Amino acid sequence: MATDASIFPQAIEIPQRRFTFDGWQIFAWVVLIVTTVIALFPMYWLFANAFTPITSTPPLTPILIPAFRLDNFERLLVNNKFYLNWMINSLLVAFVVTAFHAVFDTLAGYAFAKKRFPGRNLFFVLILSTLMIPIHVTFIPLYIINRQLGLIDSLWALILPGTAWVFGIFLMRQYIQTLPSELIDAARIDGASEFGVFRHVIFPLSLPAVAALAIFTFVRSWNDFLWPVIALNKPQNYTLTVGVANLQGEFMTDWGIIFSGAALAALPMVVFFLVFQKYFLDGVRMGALKG
Amino acid sequence: MIAVQQFFKKHGWSYLFIAPSLLTFALFTLFPVLWSFVISFQDYSLVRGGTWVTPIYANYAQAFTLLNGIFVTSIRNTILYTVFTVTANILIGLILASLIQPLGNKMRTFFRAAYYLPAVTSALIIGLTWAYIYNAQWGFATYMTRAFGLPPIRFLSDPDIALTSITLSAVLTIPATAIVLFSAAMGSIPKEYYEAAELDGANPIQRWWNITVPLLKSTTLYLVVLYTIASFEVFERIYIMVPSGVGNSTQTIVTQIYNNGFKEFDFGIASAQAFVLFAMIAVIAIFQFRVLRSDVEY
Repeated sequence: MATDASIFPQAIEIPQRRFTFDGWQIFAWVVLIVTTVIALFPMYWLFANAFTPITSTPPLTPILIPAFRLDNFERLLVNNKFYLNWMINSLLVAFVVTAFHAVFDTLAGYAFAKKRFPGRNLFFVLILSTLMIPIHVTFIPLYIINRQLGLIDSLWALILPGTAWVFGIFLMRQYIQTLPSELIDAARIDGASEFGVFRHVIFPLSLPAVAALAIFTFVRSWNDFLWPVIALNKPQNYTLTVGVANLQGEFMTDWGIIFSGAALAALPMVVFFLVFQKYFLDGVRMGALKG
Repeated sequence: MIAVQQFFKKHGWSYLFIAPSLLTFALFTLFPVLWSFVISFQDYSLVRGGTWVTPIYANYAQAFTLLNGIFVTSIRNTILYTVFTVTANILIGLILASLIQPLGNKMRTFFRAAYYLPAVTSALIIGLTWAYIYNAQWGFATYMTRAFGLPPIRFLSDPDIALTSITLSAVLTIPATAIVLFSAAMGSIPKEYYEAAELDGANPIQRWWNITVPLLKSTTLYLVVLYTIASFEVFERIYIMVPSGVGNSTQTIVTQIYNNGFKEFDFGIASAQAFVLFAMIAVIAIFQFRVLRSDVEY
């Protein structure tokens, strides 16, 4: 089971069952392969088009094998002077929001998991209840506030509300609950301060969960669209998703630029996923299973 | 005084640890929600601020009657989209998770990852790609209809078809979370159950239907709620695939909130509509808590 080891301290045993007759296996493989192709085809097609020189309308016979040329990307970066700005904006927002959640969600998760204090359950339920609030309810007041503070069209308008996502606290609490309390007691006996316990015991031990949390937060921020499209007006301030959504209006006749712009916005997350796959999938499980 | 000091000595750190999270939650969620609720009973202007409407429920009434009741159509569209997407997601997720379960660890991990890969890309870019697939001239779907000798289908411009096309694009985006969660839940079912059933002569289908499916109840419920809420909030996909809408046929709740709030700048109506969405989601969430409370452990 080693290749599928969960980052939970107690790994889940997965029973090995095999269907006995061959008809089943053939059916299963056909379904799995067809659905895999369906799942991956849209992304593949986008990339195939992006890597094939297209200067106006794409050919009527779809491009299925890319030419592996970067002409479209070159034109994208030359003709669109803001594309790199968008990428930097997306990166900045995602990094700041992720750093915030990595530290503060772990702190709160630790308090909710291991400490006893008046109001603990009330605060936790209050925080958890926001998960069912549709974020759209908050957009109008957030818009008014950001306008009054002069933050519309600045990255602060994205960073500040981005810190109010409470899923991470839940995730960290679930994880830290599984850590043995004896370690905390031992550190205290050794004279560690309250913050020292967090910094030297809890945080290092929580790193697998922090990694999952960081990855989720980063992807979520990178992919965010509705609030950025409301809060950002000037093209140089766009994030990637907002910029890509506007490419179509700007380069109506040059589909090569549009394809490469969309592909380049998706690429970092695809690479990110391929590298940190295990944390993604473990994170999905952690966030849900023990709830 | 000493009691207060002792209280803070004992609990101060705990409150300090949760303070940053609590503060951002209060400032950027709780306060906006409450204010939005107030605005839903006001006529709000960025210059003048808010004034109460008369009668007090006028925004809610208007939200439903505006433009010949386009919001009612939007709710209907959203529910149709949700019913099809959620049903398909659960079924596809359950079937695919069941099919990868008997495979070896390496293959299982491979398929999970392959299905999950598109889910890390933003809904906007997935939607954009589907808009190209449906392009009336050179889209892949258009090419396929031509190749099969079918009459041309106006996937995204025919008001009778556009919502179906959009729903289909959501259904064909394989439900990665469902596969990962079903797969994990199936892995934690004790194998003795299957061995006992096998001894009793149950075939694989019977074992699946009588053991696996019932024991996935709480995972299924969680996923139904998750996907229902996500589908109620569908926006990006529609915004990018049919930017100005196809008549009323592709309006959903959130596209209406967006249009009224940030194109018409009618904050009162938009807030009222946002609270209608909130109410719909609250009903689903309460339903989940009710059912979960009576859940079986295994």
